[in-house]
Amino acid sequence: MFDIKTITVSAWIGLFFTALFLFCAIFAPWIAPYGKAEIVGGVWEPMSEQFLLGTDNLGRDLLSRMIYGARTTVLIAAAATALSFSLGAILGFTAAVVGGWFDTLMSRFIDLLMSIPTLIFGLVVLSVLPSTIITLILVMGLLDSTRVYRLSRAVAADINVMDFVEAAKLRGEGNAWIIFREILPNALSPLVSELGLRFIYAVLFLSALSFLGLGVQPPEADWGGMVKENKEGIVFGIPAALIPAGAIAALAISVNLVADWVLNRTSSLKGGRG
Amino acid sequence: MANPAPKHDGRLLEIRNLRIEATSYPPGEPPKNITIVHDVSLTLERGKVLGLIGESGAGKSTIGLSSMAYGRGGVRITGGEVLLNGRDILKAGKRGIRRIRGREVCYVAQSAAAAFNPAHKLMDQVVEAALQHGTASRAEAEKRAKALFRKLSLPDPDNIGNRYPHQVSGGQLQRVMTAMALCSEPDLIVFDEPTTALDVTTQIDVLAAIKDAIRDTGVAALYITHDLAVVAQIADEIIVLRNGKLVEWGDTQQIIKEPRQEYTNQLVSVHRIDHQEKPATSSPILSVKNVTAAYGHGAIRVLKDVSVDIHPGQTLAVVGESGSGKSTLARAITGLLPPMEGTITFAGRTLANRLADRQREDLRELQMIYQMADVAMNPRQTVAEIIGRPLEFYFGMRGRQRDARVAELLDKIEMGKGFADRYPAELSGGQKQRVCIARALAAKPRLIICDEVTSALDPLVAHGILRLLLDLQAEEDVAYLFITHDLATVKAIADSIAVMYRGEVVRYGPKSQVLTPPFDDYTDLLLSSVPEMEVGWLERAISGRRMASAGN
Amino acid sequence: MQILKLIAQRIALGILLLFAVSVLIFAGTEILPGDVAASILGQSATPQALENLRRELGLNEPAIVRYFTWLGGLLTGDLGTALSNRMDIATSIWPRLKNTLFLAFWAAVVSVPLALILGMLAVRYRNGWIDKAISGFALASTSLPEFFIGYVLIFFFAVKLNWFPSFSTVHEAMSFGDRMKAIALPATALTLVVLAHMMRMTRAAILNVMQSAYIETAELKGLSQFDIIRRHAFPNAIAPIVNVVMLNLAFLVVGVVVIEVIFVYPGMGQYLVDHVTKRDVPVVQAVGLIFAAVYITLNMIADIAAIVSNPRLRHPR
Repeated sequence: MFDIKTITVSAWIGLFFTALFLFCAIFAPWIAPYGKAEIVGGVWEPMSEQFLLGTDNLGRDLLSRMIYGARTTVLIAAAATALSFSLGAILGFTAAVVGGWFDTLMSRFIDLLMSIPTLIFGLVVLSVLPSTIITLILVMGLLDSTRVYRLSRAVAADINVMDFVEAAKLRGEGNAWIIFREILPNALSPLVSELGLRFIYAVLFLSALSFLGLGVQPPEADWGGMVKENKEGIVFGIPAALIPAGAIAALAISVNLVADWVLNRTSSLKGGRG
Repeated sequence: MANPAPKHDGRLLEIRNLRIEATSYPPGEPPKNITIVHDVSLTLERGKVLGLIGESGAGKSTIGLSSMAYGRGGVRITGGEVLLNGRDILKAGKRGIRRIRGREVCYVAQSAAAAFNPAHKLMDQVVEAALQHGTASRAEAEKRAKALFRKLSLPDPDNIGNRYPHQVSGGQLQRVMTAMALCSEPDLIVFDEPTTALDVTTQIDVLAAIKDAIRDTGVAALYITHDLAVVAQIADEIIVLRNGKLVEWGDTQQIIKEPRQEYTNQLVSVHRIDHQEKPATSSPILSVKNVTAAYGHGAIRVLKDVSVDIHPGQTLAVVGESGSGKSTLARAITGLLPPMEGTITFAGRTLANRLADRQREDLRELQMIYQMADVAMNPRQTVAEIIGRPLEFYFGMRGRQRDARVAELLDKIEMGKGFADRYPAELSGGQKQRVCIARALAAKPRLIICDEVTSALDPLVAHGILRLLLDLQAEEDVAYLFITHDLATVKAIADSIAVMYRGEVVRYGPKSQVLTPPFDDYTDLLLSSVPEMEVGWLERAISGRRMASAGN
Repeated sequence: MQILKLIAQRIALGILLLFAVSVLIFAGTEILPGDVAASILGQSATPQALENLRRELGLNEPAIVRYFTWLGGLLTGDLGTALSNRMDIATSIWPRLKNTLFLAFWAAVVSVPLALILGMLAVRYRNGWIDKAISGFALASTSLPEFFIGYVLIFFFAVKLNWFPSFSTVHEAMSFGDRMKAIALPATALTLVVLAHMMRMTRAAILNVMQSAYIETAELKGLSQFDIIRRHAFPNAIAPIVNVVMLNLAFLVVGVVVIEVIFVYPGMGQYLVDHVTKRDVPVVQAVGLIFAAVYITLNMIADIAAIVSNPRLRHPR
C-alpha cells in the first residue's frame, strides 16, 4: 500500500520511535535490567552506569520501570482504542447506511454522551467502579467510541449519498456489500489517521487517570502512575517524574507524525492506487 | 466612461505573446511546471466585444483574468505584455494594479451567488469599487446603480439594492453583478461564463440584458464561454482557443459560417446528428400511468399525475428546467422515491413501488447512467471490477468468462482492453462516462435511464457519447429514458418527447409532433430560448416571446 | 422571527441536555455495581452498620425517588452533604468555584487573543516559516500531557530559577498581586494546553473564508489587502471564530482538573479528584454536574453565535 520512497523524514522519525516503544512493550521482561518492583538502590539516586535513568521514590530502577510501564501503557491504550474503534465504526457505519430511527436514536444518545467532557465522565464513573485494568479499558473504550462514531458516521454518510452507492443499491446489492465493498474502502484513509489520534488520546487519557490516582494501581507501573509516584521529587530538583512524562509526550508525538503522514499521503489521492 | 477622450488610438487592450504557467503537485512525484497559455496575442478595440471560446482546459478564463493582471489559484503570468490603455499593466506594481482593477477593468463571474459577500447588502457591494477609486460620491454611485438595475430589467430597481444576496434569484444576481461591473464605468468588462449556470429560459434574458447594457454604455468586453451559439449573439469577434493555444481568430459571422480551421468546424457542427424518428409500437416497454410523487411525507409534490410510455428500442426524451421534476421522474421509476399514486408497468409486469420490494430481474433490465460519471463509479475499483460486478451479480459469471465479457464490453464502448486495470481517476471525462455505459450494458438491460449524461461534458465529447448511445441502441435494441435540459440533444436523439414544467408533463408525443407548432406557452418559451448559431437570433427570440421565464 | 425561534430552540435543547446529563450522571453513579455504604465503611463493616448507613443515606428508596429528591435539592441550591466529612457541599464548593473561575479567566484572557493573533499570522504568512513553526508547535502541544507541561514549568521556573512558588496556594486574605503570582504558572500551563488547538482552528476558519469567491471579487475591485480583510473576510469569520473560542473555553474548563492537581491549587478540579478517590458519591455527582453544565453552556453559546451571525437567518427571504 505504501511506497518506501514516499516516506518523509518526520514520518521516519515517528515510525522509528513508535517501533522502539512497541519493542519495549513486547519484550519488557527480556530487556529490563531489573524487576519492575525490585528495590535495588537508594531513593532517587541520580543517573549512573548502574542505573541509567536513576532510581525512583522507593529505590527501584527507573529504566526497568519505564520499560515495564511501556508495556502497561501501550497494552491498555491499544485495547481501549481497539474497543472504541470497532464499536464506534460499526455503529457509525450502520447508522449512516440504515438511517431511520436507528440513526436518530444512536446519534441523539451519542450527542448526550458527548455533552459531558470525557475526563469528567470518566472520573464520575470511576468513583463507583473498582480500578481494575478491565474497567479502565471498558470505560476508556466506551467513552472514546463516541468520537469514532461521529467521524465514521459523517464519513459514511458523505459516501452513502454518492452516485456509485446509489448505483449499487439499484443493482440490488445488500447492506453488507454496500458497507464493506463500496463505503469502507473509501472511508479508510480518514479512519486510519483517526486510529492514530484515538490511540494518542487513549494514552493521554490513561496517563491522566493514573496521574490522578484513578488509573493503574501500584505496584503495577504505567507512565502516568510513575509521574504521580515521583512528583514529590520535583520540588527538590529531582527530575525523575519528567522522564515518564517525557516518554508519554514522545510516544504521542511519534504516533501523531505517522498519522499525519498517512492522512496527507492518502488524502492527496482521489482514489485508485495507493 | 472614465476616460471619455481616447488617450491612445482605438486600441483598448493589447495582449502580446502571453505565457501563463502553473505548478502542479501530482501525488508521490516532485512538483512540475505546466504551461497553461502558450504565447497568445490579441487586441480589443474600444467599445467592442471579443468572445473567447474553447473547451475546459483551453485557458480562456486564465487569459481573461490576465487583463486584470490576476492569476487564479497559484497561476503565474511568466511572459508577454498586457497593454491596457497603452501601458503594460504587468509592470504596474501592486498599487498600480489595484488602481486598474475595479476602475478600468471589472469582472463578472460565472457564479454570482458565490461571488457576492453574504454578509453585505447588494447596494453596498455594487457601489464599493466606485467609492474605493473615488470616481463617484456615494449618492451618485447609488443613483447610477439604480439606473443600471432598471436598464438590466431587475424587478423593483429602487429597492433591490437593500436586499442580501441570498434573497435574490440566480438570474437576477447575475444581472446585479453586471450592474456592479458597470457601476464604476470601466473601459473593459471581463464576462466569465456569466450565463452558464443558469436555466436556458433565464439565460436568454440575462444575455439580452448584458447585450443592451454593453451597447448603451459603450464599454468593451471580453466574453468567455464554451457555448459558440451564445457568444455569437454578443461578440463582434471570436477567438477559438484549444489547450492554451490560439486556433482561429475572426469576426463572428466568419467563425460560425465559414470556419477556416478543422477544430472550429467541429465546434460549429457539433449537434448535427441525423436521427430517424421511429414510430410508436402497440406494447410499450415501460408505461408510467398517473404517477404522483412527493418529498417529506407528501408535503412537497414534485410529480403531479405524470403519464408517459417508452417503446422497445426507442428513446423518450424528458426535457425541462431545474425544478421541473424530470430527475424525480427517474427516481420514481427506479423506486428510490416510491410514488404516492399511480402505477409503473415494465415489460408487462407491474413494478413494486419500493426498490426493496422489486425482483432482481426487474432491477437488471432497468439500468441507470448518471450525470457525474466520476462520482458514479467507486474510485477504489478498477474498470474491470466496475464493469464485472453486474456480470457476477446478475449472471454469476466468474474468472475467465467474466474477463472475456468485460473485454467485449470495453470493445463496444470503443475503449481497448488496456483500460481494464485502470482506476476511474486515471480516465478522462468522456472515458468515465463510457465505462458507466458499459456497466449498464453489462446487465443486458431493456431500458436505460440516462440522467443528464452529457451535461457535464465538453460539446465534442458529449457528441461522441450521443453517437455511441445511438449505435448501441441499434445493436442491442435497448430503450432510453433520456433526461436533459438541452433541447439540441433532444433533437439529436429522441423518438418521442415529454416536456415537463413544475412537476407536470405539459406536452408529450412523437418528436415531430412535439416540435411542430402550434405550441403551448411553455414549450414555445423553452424552444425559443435555445440559442441558435446565427447572428441576430437573440433579438428575434426576445421579440417573439409570449411568456416570461421562470427566473423572473 | 425565524432567528429568535432558532435561538429559543437551541436554549431549550441546552436545558433538555442538562436534564438528560443529570440523569446520566445519577444513573452512572447509582446503578452501576458498587455499594456506597460498603465503600464508606470498608470490607469489615457489620451488616447492621451497613443497614443503618443505607437508611440514613436513603439508599433503600427506589432509584427514581432518590433521583427526584436529588434533582429537587439541586434546583433549590441544596447540593447535599459530603459522605466523607459530613460537610455541606454547596458551602465547600463556593470558594473553590471562585478559585477555578479566577484561574480559568486569566488563562482565557491570555490564550484567546494570543491564539487569534497567531492564527491570523499563520494565515497571513501561509506556508511560510511562521505558519510551519506554528503548526509544528500545534502538533507537539496536542501530544503533550498536561502534567509534562506543568512539571517542566515547575522544575525550571519554580525550583531552578525560583521565580514563582511551586505550589499555587491561595487563600482569602491574599492580595491580588500575590494571587496573580500564585496562578502565574498554572495559568501558563493552561494557556499552553489550549493555545495550539485554538490557533489551528482559527487558522482553518479564516483560511476557509479567505478562499471564498467573494474575496476574489473584492480583490478584483482593487481593494487593498487590509480592506479585504476588514470589510469582506472579518464579518464572515466572526461566527467560526466565536465558535472556536467557546469550544476552547470548554476545553480549558476541563483542562483545569489536572492542572489544579499538579499545582495543588484549591479549586473545583482538585476537589473533584479528592472525592473520587474517597468514593464520595454526592460530591462527585454535584461537581460533575457543574462541570457538565459549564461545558454545555459554552457549547450552546458557540451555536447561538453561529445562528446570530448567519446573514441567511438574520435576513430571511
